[in-house]
Amino acid sequence: MVGKILRVEKKVGDRVEEDEVIIVMEAMKMEIPIVAPASGVVKELKAEAGQAVEADQPLAQIE
Amino acid sequence: MESALVSGFQGLTSGITNLGVDQVIMILIGSALLYLGIKKGYEPLLLVPIGFGAILVNIPLADLMGEEGFLRFFYDIGVRTEIFPLLIFVGIGAMTDFQPLLENPKIILLGAAGQFGIFLTLLLALAVGFDKLDAVAVAIIGACDGPTAIYVSAKFAPHMLGAVSVAAYSYMSLVPLIQPPIMRLLTTDRERKIVMGAAKQPVSRATKVLFPIVVTVFASILAPKGAPLIGTVMLGNLMKESGVVDRLKRASENEIANIVTLLLGLCIGATMEADKFLRAQTLMVLALGFVAICLDTVVGVLFGKLMCVLSGGKINPLIGAAGISAFPMSARVVQVEGQKYNKKNYLLMYAMSANAGGQIGSVIAAAIMLSVLAGMGIV
Repeated sequence: MVGKILRVEKKVGDRVEEDEVIIVMEAMKMEIPIVAPASGVVKELKAEAGQAVEADQPLAQIE
Repeated sequence: MESALVSGFQGLTSGITNLGVDQVIMILIGSALLYLGIKKGYEPLLLVPIGFGAILVNIPLADLMGEEGFLRFFYDIGVRTEIFPLLIFVGIGAMTDFQPLLENPKIILLGAAGQFGIFLTLLLALAVGFDKLDAVAVAIIGACDGPTAIYVSAKFAPHMLGAVSVAAYSYMSLVPLIQPPIMRLLTTDRERKIVMGAAKQPVSRATKVLFPIVVTVFASILAPKGAPLIGTVMLGNLMKESGVVDRLKRASENEIANIVTLLLGLCIGATMEADKFLRAQTLMVLALGFVAICLDTVVGVLFGKLMCVLSGGKINPLIGAAGISAFPMSARVVQVEGQKYNKKNYLLMYAMSANAGGQIGSVIAAAIMLSVLAGMGIV
């Protein structure tokens, strides 16, 4: 999805459950929560608030 | 001298003595529209001038819609001539990005399916005894598009303009309440959970520039009566996509659209005179308008299910609900509903494609309806 990163809710090293919100994006003036596809530990975050992102761009890595 | 004073005093009280119950009710209705616009934030840009216009036109003896009234002046130059809605269309075209549609051209079919409520409601309105032209004006609420509804009803049933516009704009802002139950009812849990990946086809600038020109030529030849509608939307869009007339584009989406919105809103309010608005017919218009938008959603979602089957389960039928023209409300509804059932589902961009298709669809549906009616010799 094309849009802007509004908030990053987790930090590298945080443990997340499947479907837990990691990032909140803004697209078409609405907030869209981006959730973890699986449970694990956040290994890398490639997005920060205010950044514009493209479709298919990886935003975070979970291990 | 004394009698002159008495007459003078009567001049001040005659307004009160001429105030009927009807007018009081209409002033209350105007105030209710103002309340919805100011306090609830429902389409304030329209409801504030509409509500105030409805109050002004029902002031006894002021006669603002009379021969010399200032509201009559604006109504005659802008609404009777259809100029105001057409100028709004230029602004809408200048604001609309058809890119999501061009990225997923198949989805334009959903934008067509989302217009079926118009035609089903037309049959329904005729069945319950509406006059032919009145039925057209009621059905057009199903376009779920304010300016289209205003354009068509101003042309064929100006006495219903107030009721049709109020219905069109209030249901548009109620889309987030009207659509979800229908979407849930018609889809299975498994269908709602279908994830649609990030399909992104690059769209060239040439495509985006050619799109408004090609659509105008083909759609207008097919439905000549709709040429003013399609032509103005696409002129606005061409100005946006060509990128060479930025000043005209900005004027269309800002200054011109703002001025026209103010005058158009006032004029719509001005059509809400007590004797024209306080009729059983107005309630029928509101009821059928609601049915029209529900039917749009039903047909849109059912068509989404068909596309789901034909695509081998790759298309989430929920996006069919975004095939109506209420932009971007119904696309947002689809995103929210989709994510409710599957948190990993991001349908927004597909819903936007369907929604942009719905915007073209509603204009083309109105154009087709006008040309068919002309062909049948009704208009």
